[in-house]
Amino acid sequence: MAGFLIKRLLQAIFVVIAITLIVSFAIRLTGDPAVMMFQGGGSMTEEDLMRIRAELGTDKPFLVQYLSFMQGLVTFDLGKSFVGGTPVARLIGDALPATLMLAFVSMAVSIALSIPLGIKAATSRGKLADQVIRVFSLVGLSFPNFWLATMLVLLFAITFNLLPPSGMSGPESFIMPAVTMGVILTATNVRLVRTAMLETLQSQYVMVARAKGLSESKVLYKHALRNCAIPLITYFGLQFGGLLGGIVVIERVFNWPGMGTLAFEAVGARDYPVLQAVITVLSLMIVGINLLVDIAYGLVDPRIRTE
Amino acid sequence: MAAKTSRPSQFASLEFILGAFLTTVICFAVLFSDVLFPGADKIDLMARLTKPFVSAAHPLGTDPLGRDVLARVVAGGKISLLVGFTSVIGAVVFGVLMGLIAGYYRGFWDMVVMRFADLQLAMPFILLAITFIAIVGGSLTNTIILLIISQWVQYARLVRGSVLTLREREFILSARAIGVKDWRIILQHLLPNLIGPVIVLMTLNVANNILLESSLTFLGLGVDPTIPSWGGMLADGRTYLQTAWWVSVFPGVAILLTVLGLNLLGDWLRDSLDPTGRTSR
Repeated sequence: MAGFLIKRLLQAIFVVIAITLIVSFAIRLTGDPAVMMFQGGGSMTEEDLMRIRAELGTDKPFLVQYLSFMQGLVTFDLGKSFVGGTPVARLIGDALPATLMLAFVSMAVSIALSIPLGIKAATSRGKLADQVIRVFSLVGLSFPNFWLATMLVLLFAITFNLLPPSGMSGPESFIMPAVTMGVILTATNVRLVRTAMLETLQSQYVMVARAKGLSESKVLYKHALRNCAIPLITYFGLQFGGLLGGIVVIERVFNWPGMGTLAFEAVGARDYPVLQAVITVLSLMIVGINLLVDIAYGLVDPRIRTE
Repeated sequence: MAAKTSRPSQFASLEFILGAFLTTVICFAVLFSDVLFPGADKIDLMARLTKPFVSAAHPLGTDPLGRDVLARVVAGGKISLLVGFTSVIGAVVFGVLMGLIAGYYRGFWDMVVMRFADLQLAMPFILLAITFIAIVGGSLTNTIILLIISQWVQYARLVRGSVLTLREREFILSARAIGVKDWRIILQHLLPNLIGPVIVLMTLNVANNILLESSLTFLGLGVDPTIPSWGGMLADGRTYLQTAWWVSVFPGVAILLTVLGLNLLGDWLRDSLDPTGRTSR
């Protein structure tokens, strides 16, 4: 177990270093921030540029800049935004909770939909219900998330005026974004639940539970579902990265004050400290969750460790 | 009981028919769009914001510049199909080659592929896209390159896994024992035995890449907005959502039907090429 933990931890550290290095390096390829800050500011002399570079710290060698960024990451001091000079850490501190809340609500919607549907599909395997669910899942997989979001806005905000079209205000503002992401996640999850359930239903303890005369719902939800919970939690955990990516896109449709909106504003304004921080923070969260899922899985199922 | 067991195959053939029908019709319409639905860029301010289903000249209405929505939707398919197919071909060629090398020779290349796989798992596509496009700028070519960069690893992993099991099989061992050259073992003995799952993944990825391209263009990170494309039309339409719903509805329907057609085909292929998958249906 110790070997597995160390190996997995080293892997995660490698990914963290690689991603932060690539992002830091790539951001610097986009141009000299000193020049960009001067855009529209009239004529600039070489001294002005040097002064701004010294202020921003971009005159130092790349490795020094990288190390100071990493140090800032640990101490939550990520520098200041080029636009308005707000500390980047504060911008992230405002945006991250909005994105994460949406992610958890979406995940909850998807789990609430996909578990009963997946179980229904597995128990009626090959019958009409199974095929209807399968068709719905295929259609769900084919929906562009941002278009589904737009259509919901058209229907529920513009036509029927039931829900706020954009922004994060009350609980009702979560409905459309969370349903968009939840429905699209469900399209994948329903199949995972179905496959996991099919395997479990063939096992002997399910037969025993049935033979004992337990009610069908008790057999399904108490015995079978619990036993396929581990692979399902793993799948759901690994989806987190894709979920965050999807949310970044639909935040645009709903003007959601999250990491996606922050990132796109930063791209538009060439606000590189913000962009670098957004990408790094989101990637680190995904690495962290993947690591936790793997370790948890390794703890529960010893066969994984030897892989 | 007979009816019960025949149902899955009936469903499978229905899936194939619908998938093939959608894909063929859409590809045909898009390929011959210049002849069938000309005038995608023709601006006619007199006819601006015509409602759909009322004018024979503009069956799906017109946009705020009076351009025909139907013609633009069909013409916009060119970008989607071009990006979808070329990016997948690029990713397959590179990914399969890397997977074969990694699985057959192990060692250094194996490590490279697996570490790239770790990286890809940690970095959502959209974040990679934002970084990449911030550096190189958005364009048709860059979108395709971005999709190849982000997807070759999938094929490399898939192929590597198959090669790892295949290379210990007797027909490969005996080929090696009689001194067949490595490249010949790889191309003639390994490749044909692992191509099935690759084709399934390809079909599903063409569908997926059409979705990704439209998201990128919608966000302003993809193809040049002056070229008609589904994502670009949807981005335009957002501004007129209150007054002209049809500008936002029809390009989305086009994406949905195209991607659905390819997903149906991919799903059908997966079941027919993978006999073990059939048992789990």
